[in-house]
Amino acid sequence: MLEQIEKLEQQALADLHAVQDEDALQRWKVSHLGRSSSLMKTFDQLGSLSKEERPAIGRRANQAKQALEAAFNQQSDRLRQQTLERSLQSERLDVTLPGRPQVRGRLHPITRTLRQINRVFGDMGFQVFRSPEVETDEYNFELLNIPAHHPARDMWDTFHTSTPGVLLRTHTSPGQIHVMRKYAPEPIRVILPGMCYRYEQVSARKDTQFNQVEGLAIGKNITMSDLKGTLTDFTRRMFGEQVRTRFRASHFPFTEPSAEMDIECFLCQGAGCGVCSGSGWLEILGCGMVHPVVMTNGGYDPTKFMGYAFGLGPERITMLLHQIEDIRYLWGNDIRFLEQF
Amino acid sequence: MKIPLSWLKDFVEITLPLPELCHLLTMAGLEVEAVQIIGLPIHENASDSPHLHEVKMEGLTWAPDKIVVASVSEVMPHPNADRLVLCKLFDGEQEHTVLTGAPNLYPYKGLGVLSKPLKVPYAREGARIFDGHQPGQVLTTLKRAKIRGVDSYSMICSEKELGISEEHEGVIILDDDAPVGIPLVDYMGDAVLDIAITPNIARNTNVLGVAREISALTGQPMQPPSFEVWAEGPAIQGQADVQITNPELNPRFVLGLIKDVHIKPSPYWVQRRLRLAGMRPINNIVDATNYAMLEIGEPLHAFDYDSLVQRAGGKAPTIITRTAQAGEKLTTLDDVEHTLDDFTVLVCDTAGALSIAGVMGGAESEVHPETKNILLEGAAWNFINIRRTATAQRMSTEASYRFSRGVHPAMAERGVKRCLELMRQWAEGIVSQGLVDNYALPAQLACVEITPQDVRRWLGIDLPIDEIADLLTRLEFHIQLKGNGLVVTAPDHRLDIGEGLIGVADLMEEIARIYGYERLPETRMADELPPQRTNRELELEERMRDVLVNLGLQEIATYRLTSPEREARRLPPGNAPDDRPYVQLANPIAKDRVVLRHSLLASVMEVIERNARTAQRQALFEMSPVYLDSEEGPLPEEQLRLVIALTGPRALPGWQSADSGNMDFFDLKGLIAAMLEDLHIQNIHFEPAEHPSFHPGKCARLLVGEHQTGIFGELHPVVQQRYELAEQAHLVVDLDVKIILDAIPVRFTAAPAAAFPPVLEDLAVIVDETLPAAQVESVLRAAAGKMLANLSLFDVYRGEQIGIGKKSLAYSLTYQAPDRTLTEKEITALRQRIIRRLEQELGAKLRS
Repeated sequence: MLEQIEKLEQQALADLHAVQDEDALQRWKVSHLGRSSSLMKTFDQLGSLSKEERPAIGRRANQAKQALEAAFNQQSDRLRQQTLERSLQSERLDVTLPGRPQVRGRLHPITRTLRQINRVFGDMGFQVFRSPEVETDEYNFELLNIPAHHPARDMWDTFHTSTPGVLLRTHTSPGQIHVMRKYAPEPIRVILPGMCYRYEQVSARKDTQFNQVEGLAIGKNITMSDLKGTLTDFTRRMFGEQVRTRFRASHFPFTEPSAEMDIECFLCQGAGCGVCSGSGWLEILGCGMVHPVVMTNGGYDPTKFMGYAFGLGPERITMLLHQIEDIRYLWGNDIRFLEQF
Repeated sequence: MKIPLSWLKDFVEITLPLPELCHLLTMAGLEVEAVQIIGLPIHENASDSPHLHEVKMEGLTWAPDKIVVASVSEVMPHPNADRLVLCKLFDGEQEHTVLTGAPNLYPYKGLGVLSKPLKVPYAREGARIFDGHQPGQVLTTLKRAKIRGVDSYSMICSEKELGISEEHEGVIILDDDAPVGIPLVDYMGDAVLDIAITPNIARNTNVLGVAREISALTGQPMQPPSFEVWAEGPAIQGQADVQITNPELNPRFVLGLIKDVHIKPSPYWVQRRLRLAGMRPINNIVDATNYAMLEIGEPLHAFDYDSLVQRAGGKAPTIITRTAQAGEKLTTLDDVEHTLDDFTVLVCDTAGALSIAGVMGGAESEVHPETKNILLEGAAWNFINIRRTATAQRMSTEASYRFSRGVHPAMAERGVKRCLELMRQWAEGIVSQGLVDNYALPAQLACVEITPQDVRRWLGIDLPIDEIADLLTRLEFHIQLKGNGLVVTAPDHRLDIGEGLIGVADLMEEIARIYGYERLPETRMADELPPQRTNRELELEERMRDVLVNLGLQEIATYRLTSPEREARRLPPGNAPDDRPYVQLANPIAKDRVVLRHSLLASVMEVIERNARTAQRQALFEMSPVYLDSEEGPLPEEQLRLVIALTGPRALPGWQSADSGNMDFFDLKGLIAAMLEDLHIQNIHFEPAEHPSFHPGKCARLLVGEHQTGIFGELHPVVQQRYELAEQAHLVVDLDVKIILDAIPVRFTAAPAAAFPPVLEDLAVIVDETLPAAQVESVLRAAAGKMLANLSLFDVYRGEQIGIGKKSLAYSLTYQAPDRTLTEKEITALRQRIIRRLEQELGAKLRS
């Protein structure tokens, strides 16, 4: 009997070894561990054995059953693992195929730049104030210390409208007067973004329509050194910590002293390249201390209040940031161009 | 303004290398835009300068050993060519025979050994010069060659060949005192600074002004020109007089007289300087007026004295300045007849008008080659009036350029004196003693008091009073100590210093300039922060932009100037756009940009059209103003609009199949609805609408609350044909942004996600085809009440199964109670109520 069990076990294990798929495994289980399998039948025969034989045979049969069950489980695991591996193998993708294209929206590059400018100055306590694009001669020129027929008017080529005294603003500076008249005598820190217009032949650098961001700070203790500090902070945040600036004398009728600020060309690190016309410096803004006449016109007493103003061009800044060579690309609205931002 | 370096050096010693000099001037507000190199080494002593590249320097460097001063002792005919001559030339080392075709040497041909040798610039073999026969500046190296049988290896040069000017008519004949054999660069090497002059520094539209700035910036002392005149003739008094009728417009008028001049070309160095400064040499008299003007900034005018005497009937002429009669005419020396305004100031004599004051002389009294006696005018004019005149007459001259920016009356006298002396030296005349000087309105010198506290207050730096005084003295301000401050008087060449606080501001700029803007510290504002306010309008606009971008739209930015014709394209032909007047430009720069737009849609359609060639799919938006005539005043209403335009496939093409359908009405409507939802705007309605731009069956109106906010839909096929577009549908919306912004709630509430399981149910109802779906939905919502958490239409079906003229709408409903799980009984009751009301109110039938 023991020998028979031993044989059954050996035979079963040998059979199991040959099993290669789930169906065969189930068939094996029926024939070797099922109710009518030879091994199970030995359990039925135990009753007919002598008392002496019974424990040893029973033990041995149990042993064989456990061994077969363990072997079955092991084989079953192995087969499942093989199946999984086969199916994983067959599901392999060419991961170098392109992903599904996604519809994306984007802001216009100038909106992006304007937002960045607003954010940087906003962090310094400057709030946004806006004023009309169609202006009177009074606000665009006269109140800004640019009287009629003054030679300084040559600095602005102006679009006049068919209504005398009404023009398209040539700069955002008239907003200075609007904001001063609204808030006097409170201190002021504002930026005034907006569209401006100039009667100019369109070229790679200039267009008839352009954005400007004016800045204005009015208070009791505001100096030219503060102006320099504010603008230097601005350029560092806009163009990077390393960027060098220079501040040189210039002229605007509504500021005195007046200055222009250049940044070191970050494309060539000052060595000179096409973008900076070889000079190593890029002019980015004009600025100065608010002229006493403008201060008075805005409703502030120039003996008590000081202030500074500046004006910068978001298009120019956008062009610098992205090495755009022609301003007209910004107004061309070619989707292929805009999709890069 | 072109300023030759050599001329500056007449008045101030310059030891700085060129790049440093240019940097210094640029930083002080005299922006050097370019430098033209005339012979000098470009980067002499400056190769390590940090400012080396700041200014564009171009030109020709003359090698000292290759290009020298030589003398020509004889000009001989060429054996084989009439148009060539052979020059016997000595270059300081040896004799050469040099071949040239210069016409200005022909007169010396065959004269034998010249009594007075000609001094010329001589380029030896191997010299690098510009090719005289090619247009522009093309470098060439002199090589040995045979020309018509004669050896040629060197050259007598023209101005073009040496990079001085475009002049190539003849070779340069130097002044007689040029030392033979020395390098030409040592004799006349130069550099021309091209300086941008802003209106406030009009005092620097001349060499002396720029020299003064250099002196102040470098500390080198000034050596101003002499205003002494060697006058030996009888006094001018009695020979000419001046009457000024309006001193406000003509504060001063000075006359000088020089007789027996010999009109001929100026010395070569004078001609060269004039050319370098951008003026054409004419003759010694005209050149003297231009030279003095370029040097000290006072425009001068030379009259032919004898023609004035003749006009005065043989008597001493009287110059009269007056304003013109409106419509009065005068022909200027450029032979243009001008019709004058009543503000034009004229220089006249007793016989009539002679010239337009401060702008241009008249033809009749101009100096001509036979002129013997010169009456010289130096005057001061109101600069505003000169600018007005020059603008009105569309004239721009060297004189009007300076007078329209302001020339101090003190310069009138100095100009006349300097010019008389130059004429005497160059034209050998005899100067009459004295001047006729009518100084009708003497200029007051601006006088301003400042203190170190002012400097602190304006510039943020503490400067000792002596340093402030020193900085201003360098610019020739007159300084007096007074208490803790200074009394500063402006020098008599400046008109830009105001009185009182304006004067203080003006002086602050001068102090900062000479101190150096670069040296000012960078500080952060210590002043009180203003009250902080939210610009809600701007914030909401930006939020709207973000929402639109999140919905997959590309923002664009268009030109706001357009033409009515361009805008009319957004409508079918024959439709009048609207009758509100445009903001019209009085001086448009282009025919297609003459008005400020009325329609943002028209602007956006042009972009769609332009992109149609390269992009099948477009999904764009722009939020920008239109400009509408306002009843409230002369300024238009700037109304912010939003236009969205969609066309082309819904999904982007890829290698896998996707929803390849084209966008339609419902894509746009979904977009608008999503935008409004993201902005938390309630109370939105869509209703059918008609508008000539849109397909009559695919057009709707958006209402926010009671307000008509805009029209949207599919572009009318006839309109579409007016643009070059693909055949596919174009969906556009044009909205009034302000109505939307006003409807955005200040805040909104958020509920927790439901804690109890929802009940989902589908419901399909059959209704008449003509019944708007919105009605079905609204009955459904009303019937379901609060328990309806979500409702969405998932199918619209038409077919025989449900009958002709009917449609089936299938909805998916989500029931949800916030505090419990809904029971089967509750749901059944709800469903029955919904069905009943749909049946009763809309005649709907449940689709089984």
